[in-house]
Parts: sequence; C-alpha cells; structure tokens
Amino acid sequence: MSKENEMKLEFDSRSCNEGFARVAVAAFLTQLNPTLEEVADVKTALSEAVTNAIIHGYEGRVEKIVIRCRICGQKIEIEVMDQGAGIPDVKQAMEPLFTTREDCERAGMGFSFMEAFMDTLEVTSAPGEGTRVKMTKYIGRSRGEQEG
Amino acid sequence: MDGRFQVSGNRLTIHLPAEVDHHNAEELKKEADRLLQRQNIRCIEFDFGSTGFMDSSGIGMIMGRYKNIRFMGGTVVATHVSERIRRILTMSGIYKVIDIYEGEPQSFFS
Repeated sequence: MSKENEMKLEFDSRSCNEGFARVAVAAFLTQLNPTLEEVADVKTALSEAVTNAIIHGYEGRVEKIVIRCRICGQKIEIEVMDQGAGIPDVKQAMEPLFTTREDCERAGMGFSFMEAFMDTLEVTSAPGEGTRVKMTKYIGRSRGEQEG
Repeated sequence: MDGRFQVSGNRLTIHLPAEVDHHNAEELKKEADRLLQRQNIRCIEFDFGSTGFMDSSGIGMIMGRYKNIRFMGGTVVATHVSERIRRILTMSGIYKVIDIYEGEPQSFFS
C-alpha cells in the first residue's frame, strides 16, 4: 500500500508556538501508525529545528516559520524553513557542541539531536537568505513494515 | 510556575513541566536563578516525574545551573528520570557531571 499525503504550516516565530508545531506534526504523523518512541524522535528533531529558526534565524524577531510535511509510503519528510539570518558555515554549525549563543545557554546539540533521531538531515543555508532544514524518517522499522 | 520550585534546607527542587523546551526553559532559568541568588542552595534537584518531553534547550538549562552552582561546591541531580529523558541526558554528555536517578536518591531522606 502506497500512502501519499502532504501538509504545510505557517506560524509566527514565537517560542510559545514550539509546542504547537510539535503537536501538529505529531498529529499528522499518526496516520503512519508510529510507535511512541518514533513520535518522540520526530517531536524532538522538529523542536530543535523550530527553536533554531526562532533563536538563530530570526534572533527573536517575530516573522514566519514554514513547516512542510510529506508522507510517502512509510516515510515522513519534514522541512522547516525560515527567511532569517542564515548560517555562514553549515558544516561548522552542525558540529556537536558548536554554538554561537553561549549567552543564552544553548547546548550546541540541536543538529546532533536532529541527526540522531531522524534517518537523514540536509541543511541548506546562506547568510541573509534563511535556512531550510530537511529531515526524513522511516516509520515502522521496528514492526518490520516494508520499505519503499 | 506555582509549586514547581521547592526549597528545603539547602536543596532546591525544580518540578519540571510536562514539556521542557526553549519556551519553558527560559521561564525556569529565570526563577531558578532568582532563588539561587537569594537562598543558600547547595544542591539542585531537577525532578522529571511529570516530564515526557525534553529537547536540547533543557540540556542548556541544566548545564547553565550546573555551572552556576559548581563554583559554590554544589551539586545537581536529576530524579524520576524516564528511559526517554535518560537517553537525552546521555546523548548530551551531561550525565558525566550530574547524578541521574530513576527514583529518588536515598541519601536525600536518610
């Protein structure tokens, strides 16, 4: 059975929307019948991406964050996009413990968590042009659902 | 924030909310630091009993409080830690500097 579905969410880059974004994506994910752990994995990765957009992308300004989710078979693809500051050196930003915001006690673990909890992670960014984080995860591996 | 912060002797217990993210962590940091400045706290207990979700913002919050209290020779513990939260704490490396308990450490009450 091949399932396809897509949704797009646009919201203000306010920290109170972090929880909303997690719940919305988790609700969209339920059609793949994920385990509790898979839901938690996706929520954590998403939370990291949205928090990055708020803190680093928009640096606290209130602008728009867009999330696009696509389901294809048992795979979910999640994109988190902002039109903010962008990242000068993506490779460096993705190193564990690297942070530009020591002042607000960031752990520097955001991208590491996204990588750990999702199957793939792709970051496209340039200074002044915003950031797009694209992550995918196959749901149902533990139940032996067929891939593809 | 009612009832989330509890000072008993020189121990500050922070009953963490259901979700610890960037939004909640900012509030928790402020209140914790206010108490740390005003009272003689030697141990901070982060109680995860009601917490089902935490991201790296929570790690930053714990790490920040650890750095503050370490100078005074204080300690930080995490209690009522579920498997999920333990995984997050382990991945971040923070388990090296704080003690993690599934329940409550006996020494608190002996």
